[in-house]
Amino acid sequence: MEIRVQEDPFDLGTEANAFAARQTGMGAVVTFTGIVRDIEGGLDMMEIEHYPGMTEKAIAGIAGEALDRWSLGDVLVIHRHGKLAAEDLIMMVATSAPHRVDAFQAAEFLMDYLKSRAPFWKKEVAGGSEGWVAAKDEDEDALSRW
Amino acid sequence: MDVLYFAWVRERIGHPTDTVDSTASTVRELVEELRGREERYAVAFADLDALRVAVDQELTDFDAPLAGAREVAFFPPMTGG
Repeated sequence: MEIRVQEDPFDLGTEANAFAARQTGMGAVVTFTGIVRDIEGGLDMMEIEHYPGMTEKAIAGIAGEALDRWSLGDVLVIHRHGKLAAEDLIMMVATSAPHRVDAFQAAEFLMDYLKSRAPFWKKEVAGGSEGWVAAKDEDEDALSRW
Repeated sequence: MDVLYFAWVRERIGHPTDTVDSTASTVRELVEELRGREERYAVAFADLDALRVAVDQELTDFDAPLAGAREVAFFPPMTGG
């Protein structure tokens, strides 16, 4: 597995191609990308805080569980922190598997757990005010399906 | 031990870390000690349902023991992804 927690932007195409190119015997690669959604009135900035040290461990734990539960080749997680603008890429996951069902399910599992078990917090700055994005009950509920 | 705060917990307390000499045996007891420090701590820790805690970088709950703990972190529910 590869876990990268970084301030710098990443290029989705480059990462997806490099991930696919280093697989052998895998029939499927699934990628998911999270993007900073603009809000009504315009988002000035999204600031993402994280817990250095725990973040990497928590993501590695989630990725490890995905590798245990599905027949996967590999898992890649990239997650940014710091200041982002609307339409910036926040994060991506990529999974590879011999068959697509495993790759899709593992990618969904990773996303559900990254949402509420990886120590990131989002703050939206817009129109001169700022506010922390509240966790949604449905994100917590989503974990129960696994 | 080191006590870390993130997101609005950090903002309400006004700084990101404290080093505390604590006799607390559980996270809940540590919270009681912190609440007694200053009003801003009492405000930050007013509603434990709105908080999450990690001991030595592992997510846990407020009844978790603190024996041997080096780092305790308090933060709101996470919003990754």
